[in-house]
Amino acid sequence: MTVAAPPVAPTTGRTVSSGTGSARVGRSGSVAWMVLPALVMFFVFGVVPLVGVLVLSFTQWDGLGAIHPNGLANWRSVLSDPQLPHSILVTFEIMILSWAVQTPMSLLLGTFLAGRQRYRAFLAVLYFIPLLLSSAAIAITYKALLDPNFGLGPGLHIGFLTQDWLGKSNLAIGVVIFIVSWQFIPFHSLIYQGGVRQIPTTMYEAASIDGAGRVRQFFSITVPQLKYTIITSSTLMVVGSLTFFDLIFVLTAGGPGDATRVLALDMYKRGFMSNQMGPASVIAVILVLLGLALALLLRRLGGSTTASQQEGA
Amino acid sequence: MDPMATSRRNFLGLVGGGALAAGLAACGSSGPSSTPGSTAGAAAGSGTTYWFLTGQPQQAIREAQVKRFNDANSGSKIKTTEFQNDAFKAKIKTAIGAGQGPTLIWGWGGGGLKAYVEAGQVEDLTDWFNGQTDLKNSIFPSAFTAATVNGKLYAVPGETVTPIVLFYDKRAFEKIGAEPPQSWGDIMDLVPKFNDKGIAPFSLGGQSRWTNMMWLEFLFDRIGGSEVFQSIYDGKANGWSDPSALKALDEMQKLIKANGFIKGFSSITADSNADQALLYTGKAAMMLHGAWTYGNMKSSGKDFVTGGHLGYMNFPPVDGGKGDPTDTVGNPGQYMSISSKAAQADKDNAKKFISGYTLDDATVDAWVKSGNIPVVKSAKDKLASISDKNDSEWLNFVYDTAANAKNFAQSWDQALSPTQAETLLDNIAKLFQLSISPQKFADNMNAVIGQ
Repeated sequence: MTVAAPPVAPTTGRTVSSGTGSARVGRSGSVAWMVLPALVMFFVFGVVPLVGVLVLSFTQWDGLGAIHPNGLANWRSVLSDPQLPHSILVTFEIMILSWAVQTPMSLLLGTFLAGRQRYRAFLAVLYFIPLLLSSAAIAITYKALLDPNFGLGPGLHIGFLTQDWLGKSNLAIGVVIFIVSWQFIPFHSLIYQGGVRQIPTTMYEAASIDGAGRVRQFFSITVPQLKYTIITSSTLMVVGSLTFFDLIFVLTAGGPGDATRVLALDMYKRGFMSNQMGPASVIAVILVLLGLALALLLRRLGGSTTASQQEGA
Repeated sequence: MDPMATSRRNFLGLVGGGALAAGLAACGSSGPSSTPGSTAGAAAGSGTTYWFLTGQPQQAIREAQVKRFNDANSGSKIKTTEFQNDAFKAKIKTAIGAGQGPTLIWGWGGGGLKAYVEAGQVEDLTDWFNGQTDLKNSIFPSAFTAATVNGKLYAVPGETVTPIVLFYDKRAFEKIGAEPPQSWGDIMDLVPKFNDKGIAPFSLGGQSRWTNMMWLEFLFDRIGGSEVFQSIYDGKANGWSDPSALKALDEMQKLIKANGFIKGFSSITADSNADQALLYTGKAAMMLHGAWTYGNMKSSGKDFVTGGHLGYMNFPPVDGGKGDPTDTVGNPGQYMSISSKAAQADKDNAKKFISGYTLDDATVDAWVKSGNIPVVKSAKDKLASISDKNDSEWLNFVYDTAANAKNFAQSWDQALSPTQAETLLDNIAKLFQLSISPQKFADNMNAVIGQ
């Protein structure tokens, strides 16, 4: 669900104005209503909660009784709490490392799967399986497999696997990144597969005539041609990793200690376990701002022509 | 701009937490399940509803109570929904806050109940309950403390009294040729002996955090007496940096540093009963846990209980400590409140259920048969009729521990307000991870006293 956020929705304005010829201009009013369902959904489930959260961040509320405004007290207490920089650090650590693991692997897998051979199509189906499982189920399964006393390692007497995987800070973060990658590499491979198939074969033919080998072709044709696909896929990863919650919640519950407590989890714990909706809303607002900033930054990287270059995503 | 990305993220952020909590419950092996209830009874208002926890044997006993009630009152049946422990805790708060809570609110009393009372969400039951003389006189007096807020009764005690007990595996002690510990010093001496034999001294489901808390509850009591936590509970400033408290925290970290707990304890959860499995499979020698675990160890542990390998005792004294060695901690009972938002007909229905079906003879029998002591004095009389030798010994032990305790303290996370409880659990996890010092723990906790 976290990966489903499209980074750039083509704006309706463009769709309407690119309708052919001046004859259509007069009828653009009749097309504009088509945006209404989306607009209503966006307003009800997007704008209203966003405003609600913003208002709540200036109040004191335990989720049960009456709501009392308390000015900037929540903001002061959250911003001075050492938990916040720690959670932001963990969030970015997981975001950057999982991006660094997923991107090269998805790119290679996607290029490999773009071939038309039958066995590759068969492998593509197998690779896709992790994406079909729910995050909670994946987390429960890995938790059982990695159990230091009853898991895979002690069961098969494999010393290397018998580690306190989820009980040591660095190992736990590593495990989270591994599982996230395992789960989402298939998805991003699929995006890259589509991207690679859009590259005209004539370019490869010309390169072969010029004497370029496969590796050279990959770096000189495939990767540059996939620039926008890479940006699309990266946006999905970055924005998605801001909201990682279910997997970590089930796997480690933010532990050991607070080693894997990402922002989303910190927000949940403050709001629904400590009954402090005000400070939790502050973190929600921070999450929104961070997400906005990151999405804008990635769009900048992609230049303004992104929309017309969207292929395979 | 990116309206979709923003909206979705925000939407997920806001709604995701609650939705996930509910979703997670559905993923467990014992997710919510509802009984089809009668909607015909026009006098029954919007319908009497009751949410409670899954997990045997408690679940079956609760289901049987409702069944008896519904069979006798076909016009005003109670509709039930069942939840896993952690999912319940998250869901009930949110639901009550949103005015969607059940008529009968099941809980642990203490700080959680106080929060409901302050928000005006639960009914004052003082006058009604004073009229229920028989029921009132049958319940252990110690069970009422956690149900009383500002001198008024907001919940009726029910179900079982469950002290925290030190369980041990007699086979493990035979292997190292030692006797069960009589003091904290003995515990520290036993740790290297068990580790040398490849047996973990203590099992612990550390990811659940309240499991670690039980250790501190006993150490605080044995070292400084029951006053130490009482003053924290009363909101006295700097209660956590009492010298006895700091000593207890320090002793705790000494045991952790000496490898007193099973490898990987901080990723083991108590909800999955993996901590109990470590004890009955012989991987760990001892375990500090609630009396409610006996039933599961008996049913899942093969011959561990039936073969007489399970030993148990009250937590031993700490040398030079001020606490009374008969003191115990745990749950003095479970509690049922009635939602103040419910229709009058539903409230009356709920009262009828509480007074007639929660501690009736059939229920008391069922609790005793399942290896639990219900919160009524008549439980003692039932014990004589238990034919199973192991069960009989166990039940007498639990009854005596509860009845002879000079002070039966409520679990900290139930006694304190939700805000303090969450901060406490959080810092306990860090303390056990050795990532904060006792002094830092005390400072962090002092900062939220009274919140």
